Amino acid sequence: MKLKTITLAVSAALALGIGASASAQISNDTIKIGFISDMSGLYSDIDGPGGAEAIKMAIADMGGAINGKKIELLTVDHQNKADIAASKAREWVDQQGVDMIIGGTNSATALATAKVMAEKKKPYLAIGPGSARLTNEECSPYTVHYAYDTVALAKGTGSAVVKQGGKTWFFLTADYAFGASLESDTAKVVKAAGGTVLGSVKHPLSASDFSSFLLQAQASKAQILGLANAGGDTINSIKAANEFGITKTMKMAGLLMFINDVHALGLNATQNMYLTDSWYWDQSPESRKWAKRFFEKMKRMPSSLQAADYSVAYQYLQAVKAIGSDDADKVMAKLRATKFNDMYVKNGQLRPDGRVVHDMYLMQVKTPAESKTPWDYLKVAQVIPGDQAFTTKAESACALWK
Amino acid sequence: MEIFGIPLQAMLGQLLLGLVNGSFYAMLSLGLAVIFGLLNVINFAHGTLYMMGAFAAWMGLTYFGLNYWVMLVLAPLLIGLFGIIIERTMLRWLYKLDHLYGLLLTFGITLLLEGLFRSFYGVSGQPYVVPEALSGATNLGFMILPNYRAWVVLASLVACLTSWFVIERTRLGAYLRAGTENPKLVEAFGINVPMMVTLTFGFGAALAAFAGVLAAPIIQVSPLMGSNLIIVVFAVVVIGGMGSILGSIVTGLGLGVIEGLTRVFYPEASSTVVFVIMAIVLMIRPAGLFGKEK
Repeated sequence: MKLKTITLAVSAALALGIGASASAQISNDTIKIGFISDMSGLYSDIDGPGGAEAIKMAIADMGGAINGKKIELLTVDHQNKADIAASKAREWVDQQGVDMIIGGTNSATALATAKVMAEKKKPYLAIGPGSARLTNEECSPYTVHYAYDTVALAKGTGSAVVKQGGKTWFFLTADYAFGASLESDTAKVVKAAGGTVLGSVKHPLSASDFSSFLLQAQASKAQILGLANAGGDTINSIKAANEFGITKTMKMAGLLMFINDVHALGLNATQNMYLTDSWYWDQSPESRKWAKRFFEKMKRMPSSLQAADYSVAYQYLQAVKAIGSDDADKVMAKLRATKFNDMYVKNGQLRPDGRVVHDMYLMQVKTPAESKTPWDYLKVAQVIPGDQAFTTKAESACALWK
Repeated sequence: MEIFGIPLQAMLGQLLLGLVNGSFYAMLSLGLAVIFGLLNVINFAHGTLYMMGAFAAWMGLTYFGLNYWVMLVLAPLLIGLFGIIIERTMLRWLYKLDHLYGLLLTFGITLLLEGLFRSFYGVSGQPYVVPEALSGATNLGFMILPNYRAWVVLASLVACLTSWFVIERTRLGAYLRAGTENPKLVEAFGINVPMMVTLTFGFGAALAAFAGVLAAPIIQVSPLMGSNLIIVVFAVVVIGGMGSILGSIVTGLGLGVIEGLTRVFYPEASSTVVFVIMAIVLMIRPAGLFGKEK
């Protein structure tokens, strides 16, 4: 009897001890996710508050807690300024005990944040930024580039357009990290496919008027106008190109376009344009179901970035749950060993350079006649298998993948 | 023929486009200059009034089926009324205080209204089609100019010159100017100065809305369109000389042209060139090009 009591006490103590050590694995007894994005500027429709909402949906799907430890989300508007993003990341990790940051739109802010997170040894899961430098020259064991990148956009849209006879190109490029990456990555693809680049013009972010840049593009006599910009800048470029009749002599290739851009411009101005994206709300039963949930909250259909925000938060939290810890190195190891499957991604895999490899889609904008319901804008022209969509090992300059 | 390696034809085209953008600068900076000159208020909400003018045009068409021409008249009236309400209920308590209070109030109004529009409509904006009578383009030989852009230049020049004429050359304008110099004395002559001040603010707001309706078919009608422009417009006012009516018109058009040329020679600097000019002007003529030293 006595022995039994002692055994019970010891095993209870052991159980408690184990319990205590397991809970110590979650730092500060909360799992804190930070989300740094453009919450109010030109990129806030494609990510922004909708992205934050998507992350909240992932947290809700995990029940709001893991092993009784609460999951919290912090958000900040970086206002498209790299210094704000980097200093917020530093403050969050140092003072607030943030365990992981999801990176929103704008590559300049992302490159700065990624450096801070590499120094702090905390996971940085980039969704919104496009620059492939994140997993190339500036790769880090803590950076994950989850959704898309400029190489995938170039290989998707760039090669499709060249294949259809668009041999000579002129670029209209947003004058910062992302635009530069997108232009040079696309130029490489165009040249490799036998095309030529006749020139480019760099415009400031959020330019008020594009007509003058467009006239310069037209003067180049190129067949294709490559729009190496995004969000509101792409919208206003396309609008002005239609107004000035540029579309009569040149074909436009929107190198980074989202469903929100198509929605804002309408199908008349965008029909038949190609775009490369990682996800479309109407691509599978699961995606439609999730998009409907999102629509009920935000009154608009999700962009691929918002879907990816959900997916990355969900996959991260699953990894934390599986190993019972939010320790950065353990979570990263778990993520590397996992095949990602959810409504956004099928058989996604994290490469040593930080790139998550999954299928990409070359989409074509429907004509007004083809579009049957609201937000019925895109059709898949071609599925680009993951191993062809992104940087290859031979092309990579990442020291971690040699 | 070439100028600095740019064909003359391309150059002419760029000059013309600069003039189109300059028209917007002129109209907006004129409104700001009138309000500052007569009320001594730095109206930071000016860009928001411009944005609301564009949205009014869009809403009129979308919800009520009112076409461009109706809204070109109606939107300035509505937004002008809105301006009058702001002046009557809020701004008028601040005239005796430092400029800074007016600036803070109008800045607050901007954040509030912009946030409201953003949460309802998002930032990607709404498309507005060019009115049928002005669609199409004219081949000028050196470039193809959309008819609508030509109309913008014309409409804004008429609006600017009429305003200048009313303020500088008519009896009403003389009362206004006198009222700001010495309100007590002018009131002693039986003129209702507070009423004039209210109407002036309403007029400035209406002018901003007019520019907004003009801009709607050119750029996407978006909550951010005002704040993208307002800082440049402030720079225009400072360069022209705070409160100078003619100064703001001439400077607005001139800077539009200079900015247009920068887009050709060094596009990366096109968003900063106005501020470089502002710094230089302030160093040489602190009161601005057309301002009077006090």
